[in-house]
Amino acid sequence: MGIPDDSVGVVETKSFTFAAPPHEMPLESGERLGPITLAYETYGNLDGDRSNAILLLHALSGDAHAAGFHEGEKNPGWWDSMVGPGRAFDTDKYFVISSNVIGGCRGSTGPSSPNPQTGRPYGSDFPIVSIKDMVDAQRHLLDHLGIERLLSVAGGSMGGMQVLQWMVSYPEKIRSAIPISTALKHTPQQIAFNEVGRQAIMADPNWRGGNYYEDSPPARGLAVARMVGHITYMSEASMGEKFGRRLKESKKPVKFSPDFEVEGYLENRGESFVKRFDANSYLYITKAMDYFDAVGARTPSEIFKGLRAKVLVVAFKSDWLYPAHQSQEIVKACKWAGVDATYCEVHSTYGHDAFLLETVEETRLIKHFLTSTFSRRYDGHEKATSNEIRLPGNR
Amino acid sequence: MRLDYRVIADWIRPEASVLDLGCGDGELLSILVKEKGVRANGIEIDEQAIYKCVEKGLSVFHEDIEEGLSGYPDESFDYVVMNGSLQQVKKPDTVFKEALRVGKKLIVGFPNFSHYSSRLQMLFSGKVPVTPSLPYQWYDTPNLHFLSISDFRGYCKLRGLKIEASAFLSKDRRVGFFPNVFAEQGLFLLSK
Repeated sequence: MGIPDDSVGVVETKSFTFAAPPHEMPLESGERLGPITLAYETYGNLDGDRSNAILLLHALSGDAHAAGFHEGEKNPGWWDSMVGPGRAFDTDKYFVISSNVIGGCRGSTGPSSPNPQTGRPYGSDFPIVSIKDMVDAQRHLLDHLGIERLLSVAGGSMGGMQVLQWMVSYPEKIRSAIPISTALKHTPQQIAFNEVGRQAIMADPNWRGGNYYEDSPPARGLAVARMVGHITYMSEASMGEKFGRRLKESKKPVKFSPDFEVEGYLENRGESFVKRFDANSYLYITKAMDYFDAVGARTPSEIFKGLRAKVLVVAFKSDWLYPAHQSQEIVKACKWAGVDATYCEVHSTYGHDAFLLETVEETRLIKHFLTSTFSRRYDGHEKATSNEIRLPGNR
Repeated sequence: MRLDYRVIADWIRPEASVLDLGCGDGELLSILVKEKGVRANGIEIDEQAIYKCVEKGLSVFHEDIEEGLSGYPDESFDYVVMNGSLQQVKKPDTVFKEALRVGKKLIVGFPNFSHYSSRLQMLFSGKVPVTPSLPYQWYDTPNLHFLSISDFRGYCKLRGLKIEASAFLSKDRRVGFFPNVFAEQGLFLLSK
């Protein structure tokens, strides 16, 4: 099978290392981390005035490989149908950067990386990292790439949380933002599902308090965590459509074997996940998501005050893990702050997975949104000042 | 250009901020952006219409206007437009009050139920009228409420609103003579 013309083609993951001791990066927890390596990929070319850069941010189990193919691989990156020549993130026009997160296990510094003080993997000695820390690290990457202001920052689920954090932490560094299928903060229900996953990992005897790197990893626990995750990413309708009550094989079932297709699917997903993901990273990253709170001690009406960036908020109808009303909270915060925003709740039966699958609708929204952002990149500031909605809180 | 759009565009001052409730595919907002340089916003419940608005470069919210207004601070917009959406909401009075809170001025357009063709149909056939401005059968219509130009004037009086301007239209022309009988559509520019 050849590579399609509108693919970014064969790509490589690059890495950038910074914060070498004694210049470690301060974390939200008060601890310091360094050196930090961040894995990233880039697609397309940066234009002369460095004004066409877009940062893509991945979800819990994603990585820097958003688009194209790694040498010899059959499967493309996680958002491939969105990134390429003529696609939503049009690499003929834009310079697209996809960044991994700290705490991860896909080329960036995380609990499986060597602790410079011991020379052995950090394990549970790895400091707690937050969504804000992830974003701070990405900021260093942008400095390294020589990008002062992003045309846009986009991502779904945990990637959307990072987008929101960019809007809060570095509003002057973004011209637009696209948070998809995400929330200003987790509800108890969302925390609860993550906690089941974490408990599954920690209940695996192989976890050994997080210091398992010299022995066999807690693969069973991580697989169960992933299975729970997959249930929450789908909808009742999409599961019904995909599996129904069909049995895997027609032969007589053995007691408690995974006979239903849905059982086999989950088993399979769990097994393939443990080959590419570290259990400790799963613990650290899900904690970062649970602790994320874009509002904090402020009120939602204050968080985007003064934000000049245009915002596109997208939710999907059957997503019960990050339901549309959570996206509407983001929209409401934008309205209060007088932010130039657009919201669409896309019809879909895929559940939370929709943000990775409903790429036709996403393309319709994102492509035009980026075009209008790109066309006002030079005069946008002046125009926004004279045309601004005058709000009581935004003078 | 549709005559009602022409009238609305003439009422709105340049560089104003405008919120169009039930903005459809964004035709009016696009005209206002091009002609008046307004800062445009829309609320629309139809998903396909949202895509068309985004294609036009408009900022719009995919929401029900009966809920979407609560998010705005008082007087967020110079103008709030409800052209053809007032008679389609469940609670017009509630939406109307919210629109007045959110906007400094309000522009309202609606099909006039007391147009003579409606009156004649009611009188002679005894059936709910189907007219160019009210083209739906009773069993399949987005219109939940029926009002006349006289009804609306009475409503403005009840709510203490000032009618700054009005226009009465029938197809492609303006109606001056007994608008409550001869106009298919009424348009009002209101202030508090």
